[in-house]
Amino acid sequence: MTALSRANLLLARRGPRRADRAFVAGTRISGSLLVATLAAIALQLTISSWPAWVAFGADLMTKTIWDPVREVYGALPFIVGTLASSAIALVLAAPIGILAAIYLAEFAPRRAAPVLTFVIELLAAIPSVVIGLWGLFILAPALQTTVYAWLIGALGWIPIFRGPSFGVGLLTAGIILAIMILPTIVSISREVIAAVPDSQREAMLGLGATRWEAVRKVVLPYARSGIVGAIILGLGRALGETMAVTMVIGNGQDIPTSVFDPAQTIASKIAVTFNEASGGLQTQSLIGIGLILLVMTLLLNVVARLLVGRVTRGPGR
Amino acid sequence: MSGLARPVAGPIVRPPIAERLAGRRERRRTVDRAWRGLALGATIVAVVPLAAVLLFVAVKGAGALNPDLLTKPPKALGVGGGALNSILGSAQMVALGALLAVPAGILAGVYVAEFAGAQAARVVRFASDVMVGIPSILVGIFVYTILVLPFKQFNAFAGSVALAIIMVPVIARTTEEMLRLVGRELREGSLALGLPTWRTVVSVVIPTGLTGILSGVMLALARAAGETAPLLFTALGSRLVNVGDFGKPMDALPVFIYNGARQPIAALNEQAWGAALLLVLLVLGINVAVRARSWARRAG
Repeated sequence: MTALSRANLLLARRGPRRADRAFVAGTRISGSLLVATLAAIALQLTISSWPAWVAFGADLMTKTIWDPVREVYGALPFIVGTLASSAIALVLAAPIGILAAIYLAEFAPRRAAPVLTFVIELLAAIPSVVIGLWGLFILAPALQTTVYAWLIGALGWIPIFRGPSFGVGLLTAGIILAIMILPTIVSISREVIAAVPDSQREAMLGLGATRWEAVRKVVLPYARSGIVGAIILGLGRALGETMAVTMVIGNGQDIPTSVFDPAQTIASKIAVTFNEASGGLQTQSLIGIGLILLVMTLLLNVVARLLVGRVTRGPGR
Repeated sequence: MSGLARPVAGPIVRPPIAERLAGRRERRRTVDRAWRGLALGATIVAVVPLAAVLLFVAVKGAGALNPDLLTKPPKALGVGGGALNSILGSAQMVALGALLAVPAGILAGVYVAEFAGAQAARVVRFASDVMVGIPSILVGIFVYTILVLPFKQFNAFAGSVALAIIMVPVIARTTEEMLRLVGRELREGSLALGLPTWRTVVSVVIPTGLTGILSGVMLALARAAGETAPLLFTALGSRLVNVGDFGKPMDALPVFIYNGARQPIAALNEQAWGAALLLVLLVLGINVAVRARSWARRAG
């Protein structure tokens, strides 16, 4: 299977064996170190937050008061903020991302497709803090006076669109997150769609279908689980995204009731509060909600990898 | 059922079949065109944010990017000075992080590609995939608990380790993928010449995949250079120029941007834009260079 696996190694044994063994051991240690680091992160977050779990149990996740003075910590507002901002991001980014991926994989001119793909993937390389800077000083004020003003005027009677808007807030965070997960969704969906065998399309086109019908009836069903995987990977990224969200979500302490309310995600709460925390229960509670975030992202990543792997490797496995 | 003739339902006048089909074809073509247009529109929408971010960073950053920003530390009191502390800090912490991460990452990649059994390979590969997805702020907390808390001192070494943890899985994955592309014959030839396994890997296999591995390393560096969250609780940031003292706090460009942006002081905001332009030039420069090269190779 791998070219230098055990059998070949035996062949090579004639040479200076000790050096070989040391080398192989060295690579094995590095590999193990990688796995060990992952385990250590999970373990360390669990141990460091243990006192908080003992003190509050599930209250840490279900109570809404986070008060360092009284030493009570309930992180529900931040969990809600995390889920809500990520949900907004998905609602915006998933349809746009999938359509863009379809365009790049199916419709784009042969020369233009790689350039466009490259440009969209480049967006993922821009540091989070720079996106945050742009979001805070450019996007948020621009949205506040245009889109938000209009939304509040037109839909303000619906509670979740109740104004006023301060520019920063839950919806702005969701939009920023959508921008940040778009490259993930586009690039993986595009790969998955491109991995659909041409015979599938050809059969459909041969029957007289239009290109869109071939995409709609054959390519998308074939690639479905991979596209779902791409969206879940995007979701995983959105849940844990820190700096840009911290800068545009407005640092609200309560459960947001309108999309314009300032809010807080788990990650942004940690970013803003961790260094001010006194050690003790507050720090432990912050690490505790970090652990919740870790579990959420780990689960999503595992599921997504399985789904994406299933398509790109073919339906056989 | 099929044997029964359908009852004839009155004299309904239908257009001839050819005409009906033509109409339907027309409708299907319109639908096709509409969805294609929509897909193109979505692609444009996906490109706009990048353009907008780059435009504003270039315009607002260019105004703030002056020699002072590059050569002076922040003033000890009040506003002004430059970002020298963070430029030097980023350089040092990314360098030390790379020093830790590059050997570890490459060796781990070699292990997966060359020596690991199927099961072990899957475990390590899976671990690196998952680690890439861990929110970087949690890496910051992790390193805080092992390298800051015990010494009761925020320090640049902890920052470097945090960046290294972010780099390792990226490097390991690219290394593995690149080594996979190296032909079996090369390995066999080298072994047949009597080279020991380690020489085969170090002198034949790795050099063959080197360009690809270097691309991975450069992309990992670019990612680490742009990370803020893992540094907040480790290196912390500092207004002082710190050269070489990894036991003390140190600044970094992303931290400088964050701190400059969140204070309601126009001069600091402006400095943040300048530093952002610097960081974007660096990060995008690396990305474009690396990808353009691998592109050229594929085309040529």
